[in-house]
Amino acid sequence: MHKRSLFEQVGLLGRAAIDVIEALGRSALFLMHATFGRSGAGGGFQLLVKQIHSIGVLSLPIIVVSGLFIGMVLALQGYNILVSYGSEQAVGQLVALTLLRELGPVVTGLLFAGRAGSALTAEIGNMKSTEQLSSLEMIGVDPLKYIIAPRLWAGFLSMPLLAAIFNVVGIWGAAMVAVDWLGVYDGSFWASMQSSVDLYDDVVNGAIKSIAFAFVVTWIAVFQGYDCEPTSEGIGRATTRTVVYASLAVLGLDFILTALMFGDN
Amino acid sequence: MSDSNDYAVTLKGVSFKRGSRSIFNNVDIRIPRGKVTGIMGPSGCGKTTLLRLIAAQLRPESGEVWVNGHNLPQLSRSELFEMRKEMGVLFQSGALFTDLDVFENVAFPLRVHTKLPDEMVRDIVLMKLQAVGLRGAIDLMPDELSGGMKRRVALARAIALDPQILMYDEPFVGQDPIAMGVLVRLIRLLNDALGITSIVVSHDLAETASIADYLYVVGDGQVLGEGTPEDLMNSKNPRVTQFMKGLPDGPVPFHFPAPDYRNDLLGRR
Amino acid sequence: MQTRTLETGVGLFILAGMLALLLLALRVSGLTVSTNGDTYRLYAYFDNIAGLTNRAKVTMAGVAIGKVTAIDLDRNSYTGRVTMELEKRVDNLPTDSTASILTAGLLGEKYVGISVGGEEEVLKDGDSIRDTQSALVLEDLIGKFLMNSVNKAKEE
Repeated sequence: MHKRSLFEQVGLLGRAAIDVIEALGRSALFLMHATFGRSGAGGGFQLLVKQIHSIGVLSLPIIVVSGLFIGMVLALQGYNILVSYGSEQAVGQLVALTLLRELGPVVTGLLFAGRAGSALTAEIGNMKSTEQLSSLEMIGVDPLKYIIAPRLWAGFLSMPLLAAIFNVVGIWGAAMVAVDWLGVYDGSFWASMQSSVDLYDDVVNGAIKSIAFAFVVTWIAVFQGYDCEPTSEGIGRATTRTVVYASLAVLGLDFILTALMFGDN
Repeated sequence: MSDSNDYAVTLKGVSFKRGSRSIFNNVDIRIPRGKVTGIMGPSGCGKTTLLRLIAAQLRPESGEVWVNGHNLPQLSRSELFEMRKEMGVLFQSGALFTDLDVFENVAFPLRVHTKLPDEMVRDIVLMKLQAVGLRGAIDLMPDELSGGMKRRVALARAIALDPQILMYDEPFVGQDPIAMGVLVRLIRLLNDALGITSIVVSHDLAETASIADYLYVVGDGQVLGEGTPEDLMNSKNPRVTQFMKGLPDGPVPFHFPAPDYRNDLLGRR
Repeated sequence: MQTRTLETGVGLFILAGMLALLLLALRVSGLTVSTNGDTYRLYAYFDNIAGLTNRAKVTMAGVAIGKVTAIDLDRNSYTGRVTMELEKRVDNLPTDSTASILTAGLLGEKYVGISVGGEEEVLKDGDSIRDTQSALVLEDLIGKFLMNSVNKAKEE
């Protein structure tokens, strides 16, 4: 009896592994079809604009507000520590590097997963459960191209822009706190920033990170919606999965990218 | 050859499995051209699956699905999308695109598949909406419509491209008697006026029997009976009789399989 | 009408994003140094480069005129070889110029400072600066200071 249950457990493990690999394969195929297929329905540009609006523009308030506060907090905390070494002008450098290299892409990725990712999953799941996807198919329009592709591209495009806006707003918030409130000399604030921030190493690498996160988060969100069980519980579960998987993917990928970009410095 | 002329859809020896559960086992169904055919059966017997097999949204495990002289499982993805232009489906929930208004919903198939000028699209949409009696609702959004109106708009959309085959998935579920009466009349009317082959999948006995020229009763993955509504009413098959007369107990038992009642109450297992 | 406002919103959004990228490039990273093509290369050999890193500034009279692009060990002389890219417009460095490794502030980063010599001839692409002054290593300094005080104690 004992031996058999062990055997079953091994079987279960194998089954779980097969399920995971199957899901990965399905999602990769899905991505290929959606991004590289020819758009059948006309007005692809219109669809893209509409999606950039609902994915990018509507995420703007949360990005701007959190960017502002994160920049302000960084400046305040950094100042309190740096002032005891007498080098409070380095707060500009601290804030800029932290935002550009890490917090900008990562926090934007997390917020994007929570705001736009969950909305995408719920929207597509809802379309699936109300048979809108099936009825598109019956009309002879491939839902991968009409529904999925514009959303994928809108996500890929929007998130790097959101991350850049986040960074700028954050640095602006930090400058407000450090220069206007705490009285750091603004010349040395910007000078310390400019002398330490490198266009390629910091700005471009940060942008690459945000592009990678955009890719992963949008892919996960859209696939979870498309693959979900078309019931209200199924959509709820898929939305939760989107936020969890996307957040973990952002953090994990961030470590890998950081190690590749800054590890051998 | 005459087969494909008399029958718009022919299923030959179709089997379909979902996971390890067998839903259809070697089913043969022939849908006569230009008639209203009802496919009936208890809930959860796979009626919707049958529609999806005909619409080639699902592939059968084995067997052939012939639609207008094409064997669907053998067609490529792009050929299937071509084939589907000849079919229309009215889904259970209507499945209107929630971000488009009524006009754009009905115009959608025309915009995708034709390059007609805008005025012509508008005329066609108005004609189709007039046919379902909702020309006045042209500017409304789907969430401003009642359930019955949604289905009528969806019907207008399904006939926008003048399909040869029109399928209805549970058209009567959750409708008030008036909306139901309207739909029954519309289905019959469209069938006779446009010469469409109609397939109505439903478990609403009275309504389906009142419009169908021919009926199939499916259950347990098989065709239990077929014939005109009168034939089936007088059927000798106890399973068909139970369904047609709505008897609570019969070959389909009232009780889910359970251990002996008395033993169970006394706690003996 | 509704699509019009939608399109305007999206346009503004993309514009804002682009502007943000531009600001990051110009204002934050101070896009100035390192435009390839108009630089030339010099080498300097130091006994101890102690903490100098790639991309460190190269300055003259406090003005940044280039950056360090590579640091490696010269096998023959057992010294650290620092490769520097200098701007083409500063092409009048005399051959006896001095390079020293300096520190910005007490705890700041290391950089290379070049002081001008007096020769007529100037350094060209691929030349080396022979006269160098190594980085200030705190441990050595403390060691020297201790030796001094020990010696003084002996003398007394």
